[in-house]
Amino acid sequence: MKYLEGRIGWTLLVLAGLVFPFVTGNDYHLTVMSTAYIFALATLGLNLITGYTGQFNLAHSGFMALGAYVVGILTVDHQVPFWIAFALSGVITAIVGLPLGFVSLRLKGHYFSIFTLCVGYIMFLVIEKWESLTHGTVGIIGIPAPTGFGGYVFDQPRALYYLVFAFLVVGAFVMHRIVTSLLGRTFMAIRNSDELAESLGINLARNKLLSFLLSVFYAGLAGGLYAGFVRFLGPDLAGTHHTFEMTTFMLIGGIGTILGPLLGAIGMPWLSQHLQFLQEYRYVVFGPLIIVLVIFVPNGIVGSYLAWKARRASNEAKKLAVPAAAKPVNTTAPQGGATHA
Amino acid sequence: MDFLQQFLQQVLNGLTLGGIYSLVALGLTLVYGILHVPNFAHGAFYMAGAFVSFHLMTRYGVNYWLAMAGSAAVVAVLSTLAERLVFHPLRHHSGLHPMIAAIGMMLFLEATAQLIWGADFQRMQSPYSGIVELGGLTAPVQRLLIIAAAFLMMVVLHLFLKRTVTGSTIIAMAQNRDGASLVGIDANRVAMLTFAIAGALAAIAASLYAPINLVYPAMGNLVITKAFVIIILGGMGSVPGAIVGGLIIGFAESFGAFYISSDYKDIIAFVLLVVILSVRPQGLFTKGVR
Repeated sequence: MKYLEGRIGWTLLVLAGLVFPFVTGNDYHLTVMSTAYIFALATLGLNLITGYTGQFNLAHSGFMALGAYVVGILTVDHQVPFWIAFALSGVITAIVGLPLGFVSLRLKGHYFSIFTLCVGYIMFLVIEKWESLTHGTVGIIGIPAPTGFGGYVFDQPRALYYLVFAFLVVGAFVMHRIVTSLLGRTFMAIRNSDELAESLGINLARNKLLSFLLSVFYAGLAGGLYAGFVRFLGPDLAGTHHTFEMTTFMLIGGIGTILGPLLGAIGMPWLSQHLQFLQEYRYVVFGPLIIVLVIFVPNGIVGSYLAWKARRASNEAKKLAVPAAAKPVNTTAPQGGATHA
Repeated sequence: MDFLQQFLQQVLNGLTLGGIYSLVALGLTLVYGILHVPNFAHGAFYMAGAFVSFHLMTRYGVNYWLAMAGSAAVVAVLSTLAERLVFHPLRHHSGLHPMIAAIGMMLFLEATAQLIWGADFQRMQSPYSGIVELGGLTAPVQRLLIIAAAFLMMVVLHLFLKRTVTGSTIIAMAQNRDGASLVGIDANRVAMLTFAIAGALAAIAASLYAPINLVYPAMGNLVITKAFVIIILGGMGSVPGAIVGGLIIGFAESFGAFYISSDYKDIIAFVLLVVILSVRPQGLFTKGVR
């Protein structure tokens, strides 16, 4: 296991992603995988504000839909080139997120979650009702496929797969840099205790807002990619069930880690594929599964593995410490929740 | 005169909506007071209540009121089970985990309802489909029934909480958990009782409202979100706050739908919340900071 951690493990994962289209001969599998990558990107964003900063944002799918609609409306109704619209999808989502985050982050804990649940509903209802802008329940049809350099068009499943994959890799790498930086430590300090963080001189409001903006920026970009990939948009994308789904991905993989949400977001759709006869009813199985996981494996797969490793390291350190008991040795190992993969 | 009639009509609608919202919000606020968990599954209990009534009436031809009592009992059991199996094991976890578990339960109940009754919109017949005319004001009997029943339930709940020992144990637990344990109140019993009451209230509200609305698996989502708005406005855990908040939202919606736009009537509650919390992050009726 040890050899698979860190850089080597990540390189292997990227390689696996690169060869995947050659292993599977099936366009359908590519589409499933690409969709999973897009939601994985959005889940990474949700994980930043929820897993690392401790604020459970229930409006996340609303922001993802916002990014998607920016691309949809600009490309279809205003003939803006895809990439310009795509760049704007993240920016506009963050701009809209600024006042919303400013207001909602003044609330703590449950109040923040409930407030954002309401914000998410408002976003959904606005998308559904503002027909002159969003085409209402009809949705936006005929979004152009992303274009590459020299007139190349990403309209084949394999090309789209690599495009989406590239964004996920960059997104995961940037997220890794964020959470291992001082800024990431700051977010974790806020998650672990508001008061403690504040007494260390951390500006709570500013850092929470920054985390929120980065998080919705990811959601917006994921939405923009979604628009270019699926090329059809309906208000359904803003529905809270998508936020709930992303929460499930995050929780199963391991909340507050980078690998966890990726694992959850890519693994769960494959699990659903095998439970396809359930489709509409998959939550008859997944609902109780979520509850069982929350009760018995609260740190998810990656989190539990890290906790197990930390426990083992601490035991070994104790063994080493016993012969040299003459002077006390500090054996405190990092807890599972505080570390990250 | 015409204006006055329209106005009174909206008052009637506001009371109807407000009564329903208050009943749902009361259950939510009681549970929050005891466990400090926002029970996202409460809307699913509401939905289950409507379906059980619907099922009893259409499949077994049970009388409307008996069906309502039956569904209150069924949902009370369901709600108590949820407390035992889900929230009780999570009582030492804070914040995120109980919320996610509640969401898991909500998704489970919705999918199960869809499995049993299908995703279609169902219409529930009420024996009271007549219309009463009072001085030029027309009122469907079902709406008057809703108002009367909802406010009767509130009075009963109030008397139960204030005048009986069992009811006082709930108040005591909500005020101070340790203090309640010190005077010998069984925390488990009170938690189960609270969940049972909350479930029964949701089922009654749903059975009352279903005849003038539709029955479908996702019917609880909007109602529960509004109920959350209400208990935030009224103060989480506050019983009078839930009733007043319910009426405020009910009136805001009926007047907003009529005088502003019926397309956006579902947004009104949320916009109200966003505006109020932007100005007063601590809510309308509470003191101190959150």
